[in-house]
Amino acid sequence: MGRTKGKVETMGIIRTKDLVYEYIRRDEEGNVEGITTAVDRVDLDVQAGEFIAVLGHNGSGKSTLAKHINAILNPTEGTVWVDGMDTAQEEHIWDIRQRAGMVFQNPDNQIIGQVVEEDVGFGPENMGVPTKEIWERVEESLKAVGMYEYRKHSPNKLSGGQKQRVSIAGVLAMHPKCIVLDEPTAMLDPKGRKEVIRAVRALNQVEGITVVLITHYMEEIIHADRVFVMDGGRIAMEGTPRDIFSQVERLKQLRLDVPQVTLLAYELGKRGLRLPKGILTVEELADALAECGA
Amino acid sequence: MLRDITLGQYYQTESVIHRLDPRVKLGGTLLYIISLFLFGNFLGYGVAAVFLAVVIGLSHVPLGFIVRGMKAIVFLLLITVTFNLFLTPGRELVSVWKLTITAEGLRTAVTMAVRLTMLIIGSSLMTLTTTPNNLTDGMESMMKPLKVFRVPVHEVAMIMSIALRFIPILLEETDKIMKAQTARGADFETGNIVKRAKALVPVLVPLFISAFRRANDLAMAMEARCYRGGEGRTKMKPLVYRRRDRLGYLCIFAYLVTSIAVGRLRF
Repeated sequence: MGRTKGKVETMGIIRTKDLVYEYIRRDEEGNVEGITTAVDRVDLDVQAGEFIAVLGHNGSGKSTLAKHINAILNPTEGTVWVDGMDTAQEEHIWDIRQRAGMVFQNPDNQIIGQVVEEDVGFGPENMGVPTKEIWERVEESLKAVGMYEYRKHSPNKLSGGQKQRVSIAGVLAMHPKCIVLDEPTAMLDPKGRKEVIRAVRALNQVEGITVVLITHYMEEIIHADRVFVMDGGRIAMEGTPRDIFSQVERLKQLRLDVPQVTLLAYELGKRGLRLPKGILTVEELADALAECGA
Repeated sequence: MLRDITLGQYYQTESVIHRLDPRVKLGGTLLYIISLFLFGNFLGYGVAAVFLAVVIGLSHVPLGFIVRGMKAIVFLLLITVTFNLFLTPGRELVSVWKLTITAEGLRTAVTMAVRLTMLIIGSSLMTLTTTPNNLTDGMESMMKPLKVFRVPVHEVAMIMSIALRFIPILLEETDKIMKAQTARGADFETGNIVKRAKALVPVLVPLFISAFRRANDLAMAMEARCYRGGEGRTKMKPLVYRRRDRLGYLCIFAYLVTSIAVGRLRF
């Protein structure tokens, strides 16, 4: 179902095979109390330049999956390859982390610098980039997310959406091929959410960076090339946003909220209106309704 | 509001002293403090006072601001002076009841007071003119030789700068927790000191839990951005000595030579 964008790739930029991850719960004496399988036999193949969304309710295993791509977690079983490198091999770990950057949920807990520009420079500093080039990278990254005029500000004075954009710039300055965003908008207000999603889309379309967006907000996946829906550690659904949204009943089963417009179109369809399946935006519904009336 | 607490005591203004490399200021302050203990006569203190006055003038920090910072140590100063004044044995000057003031005692008390005052003004002048960030950088750079003795210089500097970044966040969080507790009937404002301290326990527990959670998140975020200690790391803002910094060192050196020479004069 994956869309190939012009060129033929032998192996995607991110690939997982039979990925299993188990959290082991222990009691106070250290005896194994039980095992929770957070990720259960997941096969994923992401091509360079794609915009992937991973959807799922709390505890579906989507964040655990994300942490594998950045080699923060190592698979219990199976393999993860990033840009052809196996994440389980120690010697690749820093290359993988540079190539697949990661943005986390809490904007406060991932900003290290006391000034915006210093935070963006943190990644390149760690990689040993020469001073002059760090400044160039910081400038271009901050411009890419629209935060350049805030470069001298303290992160504490920024809004949540602005902080997340700074975090994205911080990853961008490391020149990654791929960015994994682990629920970047979960702690933001609607305005901040829009800012961040706009910045993420720009990265994908202008800079051609592969994006893996983990979220539980349905509105955010509309622009994705492919969507994976996770449930109980497994991939329950896979397809384009339109494919996914046309299966309203199945989504409800997986405890996911369908966007209002899609739901309205679905209900109207049930009442006998002949509308196309998987309507995503208000404009689309308006057009479809106009056609119905004609 | 807790959030309004200012950090350190940096005084924001434009001056030559503000622009100096933090290493010059750190080194200068250290040498200045040492010099204060080398003088054998009061003329030496005169030279030190003149030097201090010139630096204060150059720093554009208002004198009132510096004096206000001294308030906190007035008590300490008084104790030191009193003890030295009455407890030093020697030639008797005045004696009232059981208290005797000796010539030696008077001399040490005055010397101590002058020394301490100048020491504190001198060192607070450094923190007033250097941002916490710059100070950390300067310390890291100056303590580099200690790496030979396996002192984790880079790590200490990193811890300090992370602490500085998180203090406002944790203050805000404390404020939030206190409000949440107040809303549920907690009382932080009445009662004696023991009662008030006890009332703070339900604030500290959630604060600590949250701080640990933040630390865990931050460590993960740092690793995700390829942080692996100071080894092989480059600097975005490396410390570079400029002309004014060399000039600064020269001034400190000139001061040191003059003050030692003058301080050794015998009358």
